[in-house]
Amino acid sequence: MTNTSTVRKTDLIFGRSLDTLTLLRNAMQRDKDGLIQELIDSGLRGRGGAGFPTGLKWKFAKGAPGNEKYIICNADEGEPGTFKDRVILEKAADKVFAGMGLCGWLTGATKGFIYLRNEYIWMRNHILAQMNDMNEAFRQMKLDFSIGLKMGSGAYVCGEETALIESMESKRGEPRNKPPFPAIAGYEDKPTVVNNVETWVYALLISYIGADVFAAYGTEQSTGSKLFSVSGDTPKPGVYELEMGMKLSDFVAEFGDGDTKAVQVGGASGFCVPRRKFDQVIIGFEGIPTGGSMMLFNSHRSMYHVLHNFLEFFMEESCGQCTPCRVGCQQLLLGIEAVKSKTKPAQYLDTLMEFTETMRLASKCGLGQSVGNAFNSIVNEFYEEMIY
Amino acid sequence: MKTVRLTIDKKVVEVQAGKTILDAARIAGIHIPTLCHHPDLCVAGNCRVCVVEQVGVRTLQASCAVPVADGMEIITNSAKVQQARRHILELLLSEHRSDCVNCYKNNHCELQDLAAKYIFTPVTLIPLPALQHYTIDSSSPSIIKDDSKCIRCQRCVRTCTQLQHVTALTVSHKGHEQKISTFMDKLLNDVVCTNCGQCVNRCPTGALTERNYIQEVWDALLDPNTHVVVQTAPAVRVALGEELGFDVGERVTGKMVSALKTLGFDSVLDTDFTADLTIMEEGTELLTRLKAVLTEKADAGTLLPMTTSCSPGWIKFIEHKFPDYLTNVSSCKSPQQMFGALAKTYYARKRKLNPAKIVSVSIMPCTAKKYEADRPEMRSSGFKDVDYVLTTRELARMIKMAGIDFMSLPDQEHDSLMGESSGAAVIFGATGGVMEAALRTAYELVTGREVPFANLDIKPVRGMEGVREANITIEGCLPEWSFLEGVELKLAVAHGLTNAWEVMQAVKQGKAEFHFIEVMACPGGCLGGGGQPIPTNSEIRLKRAQAIYEEDAGKHIRKSHENPEVLALYKDFLEAPMSHKSHELLHTYYIERHCN
Ligand SMILES: Cc1cc2nc3c(=O)[nH]c(=O)nc-3n(C[C@H](O)[C@H](O)[C@H](O)COP(=O)(O)O)c2cc1C
Ligand code: SF4
Ligand code: SF4
Ligand code: SF4
Ligand code: SF4
Ligand code: FES
Repeated sequence: MTNTSTVRKTDLIFGRSLDTLTLLRNAMQRDKDGLIQELIDSGLRGRGGAGFPTGLKWKFAKGAPGNEKYIICNADEGEPGTFKDRVILEKAADKVFAGMGLCGWLTGATKGFIYLRNEYIWMRNHILAQMNDMNEAFRQMKLDFSIGLKMGSGAYVCGEETALIESMESKRGEPRNKPPFPAIAGYEDKPTVVNNVETWVYALLISYIGADVFAAYGTEQSTGSKLFSVSGDTPKPGVYELEMGMKLSDFVAEFGDGDTKAVQVGGASGFCVPRRKFDQVIIGFEGIPTGGSMMLFNSHRSMYHVLHNFLEFFMEESCGQCTPCRVGCQQLLLGIEAVKSKTKPAQYLDTLMEFTETMRLASKCGLGQSVGNAFNSIVNEFYEEMIY
Repeated sequence: MKTVRLTIDKKVVEVQAGKTILDAARIAGIHIPTLCHHPDLCVAGNCRVCVVEQVGVRTLQASCAVPVADGMEIITNSAKVQQARRHILELLLSEHRSDCVNCYKNNHCELQDLAAKYIFTPVTLIPLPALQHYTIDSSSPSIIKDDSKCIRCQRCVRTCTQLQHVTALTVSHKGHEQKISTFMDKLLNDVVCTNCGQCVNRCPTGALTERNYIQEVWDALLDPNTHVVVQTAPAVRVALGEELGFDVGERVTGKMVSALKTLGFDSVLDTDFTADLTIMEEGTELLTRLKAVLTEKADAGTLLPMTTSCSPGWIKFIEHKFPDYLTNVSSCKSPQQMFGALAKTYYARKRKLNPAKIVSVSIMPCTAKKYEADRPEMRSSGFKDVDYVLTTRELARMIKMAGIDFMSLPDQEHDSLMGESSGAAVIFGATGGVMEAALRTAYELVTGREVPFANLDIKPVRGMEGVREANITIEGCLPEWSFLEGVELKLAVAHGLTNAWEVMQAVKQGKAEFHFIEVMACPGGCLGGGGQPIPTNSEIRLKRAQAIYEEDAGKHIRKSHENPEVLALYKDFLEAPMSHKSHELLHTYYIERHCN
């Protein structure tokens, strides 16, 4: 296959043409409300998966009453197939911390935390060193802000921002009821901004390059670029910074092995797209968004096993507090096993899909709400593989 | 107070800001099913049975957890809501060992009620594998924990932590292994648990129930060679009716006595009698301690503040959590155990019965009393002083089993010898009652005058505030009590162990100084005990309290020291409060227990 790829690679995050502290100093010369407006205009949406507009989140936190506020970097990176935050923290942690400092300056928060995935404990010393350097730089700039490190507990659900906050407060990592949202009442019930590792870097960069330059990349709803973690049946797994809004067919042309049967966009909580739809799907908020995970499957893969793995993952990683998710995940897994072993008829899959609708509508957090994404897309697109 | 306007099922509702959608619906008379929600507890939002549709919002909202907002449009019965509700119940049932006909909670179960209401087609889901290997924890003398009936609503966890500051029950594991567990998964009897039964009172299913002694009691009643005496605790008479068709807050003292006689008890006596006796002993003990501190300059810290000792949940709590303060707890046994000790001594002698043939049963609002009766110290008569403890709920079951038409029973009086009681004894059932009863007697003993409160109602110690403090200055003492002249007695009343913990913490840190502290383990006192009819909430507890104070007001004897049977007991048997014989039978000691 000839490479006719139109996937555009960018190099904003790891580019070193600009000194991080200069970026921060420049930003802090600006008018606060103007800078937040710039962020809103840039169209930057959270890179952790949920895609909430970053500028708006910061605006809420800035406007929230009280002078005790917190900034949290979500480095729990637990979504299967995602490993881009790890690379950022290895290569550009200074930009992450500077972005947090900037948000502290804008919102009036004086304390920040990075919540690091337990499996990344090997990076701890590197991160502490970078963090201490940045804290020192804050001091010299007379910015009243400092960052501390909290280690995660090894649970996927602790990446959900309110579970993360509970875990930081030494409680069980269970998602909270929302509202209130963290921007109003988060850590210690104080206004809190939680952003993904990657989001911090883009926010810092936008303060320098401006909304227009950023928004020139990508599409209307999915501005800019983002990091993708490419894995599965691909000759070139790895982390790539790509422009948002590409067609899945272009992505597959670039990263596929020539035999790609399906792509799981957005990890276990995302959607599975079969080959015949590659052409119709845009990677971004107008199509299928992703926190970065892109898993390619070729024709040797059993989609039943792919789904089985996802469901086992959810069954174990659900915090277990709410009924639709705790029991629902188990029923979905038992259900596909029963259909496969012919103890339940094929139509039982339809019943299960009705249950995923309840899981989506009634689960307490994003975990349970999104189990149906993978389930329904795989079952619908690979119905035969589920049965035979 | 700011109000908020919203519509629920097209009905305009205006409620206080800060209320939840569920609150608003209830105000509007619209029913939404719930399971994890409980009015005494903080919001959990985990069962999801209460979901409703909010127009314009992508997902359904848990109505118990979401606060109202201006302009909200809520639909409680859309197709989406109905399907989600039914699915959630089906999911719960697939995780649940639904053998209702064999279940202790059959007909008293919130899950069963919802299933009956919302499930009308056979459930096709696969029973979860965990149901094939469950164990039932029956280690505790008070409580049985059956995880195969648990729906993970965490009401028990919130109860034990929020109301009781014990945290015997916690959530452990995650995902499909998530469950309600004890510390290190030990048996309930081996962890810090006060046996208060507040968790049982709030568990919506059969996962937590009282250990019942119904069969043992039937066996005793049907055995021609035994003499079965029964005592009835003060709080039972204001709640038993709830299980048997009466409205909340109706007193059924006379019918209860009739029912017990019909069931075949040989003598129906009253814990109220020993409540009066407790006041004689405990009041004297308090004055003795005060005297030691005020005149003999004894080590004040080990004697004062003196705390009450009639709540066995409180006793176990302090044994675990504040073992340095065990000397501060009154050495008086609880009224139940005083009764037990006398039943097989004084009563046996007076009635010319062989104590070995007496079976002593008590009807209690409390599950901790079951544990208390089993304590090895509680054998002063030479036998187990109280053989079986039944809760109010168990008694109601026996009455139903026997086919007794409770409603139409005539009123009868307790039998004599240990059946007479004062109003002061009745109010033991409400928080603040022991304090009030003690004051009525001690004040009069010291001054020769009645307490200076209209109708003897000591209002400052009544009420439902979690902690109440009051001061009384003693004036005009009789000569032998002159050391108390002008002393301002500092009193505190706490109910619910979280409140007790706070008071003790303040004492420990030197932030508060008291002479006398009344503690009841259960919210509202015994009337809100773990063995009382389910459900419980603040409104129900308030009505039971009103009934208790009505009962007191209607008694012709209002003060413990005027109870003629108590006076006779001292004259014929015990001699005087705190006598040698009293010590032998009516007083006890406490044991330091591990703290986890
Ligand atoms: C189950 C679950 C796991 C999540 N894990 C992560 C994670 O590992 N990292 C992350 O940044 N966001 C994660 N999120 C999203 C966060 O809740 C939150 O939306 C995000 O941190 C906000 O940052 P952003 O706006 O910069 O994306 C997770 C959400 C859910 C429901
Ligand atoms: S949806 Fe799942 S992970 Fe989220 S709160 Fe419910 S049980 Fe926990
Ligand atoms: S707990 Fe309730 S639903 Fe379950 S078996 Fe008992 S009565 Fe039935
Ligand atoms: S009986 Fe009381 S102390 Fe024991 S688990 Fe239940 S609520 Fe907690
Ligand atoms: S034991 Fe009862 S109260 Fe506790 S979680 Fe289970 S069902 Fe709920
Ligand atoms: S009653 Fe609202 S979630 Fe359980």
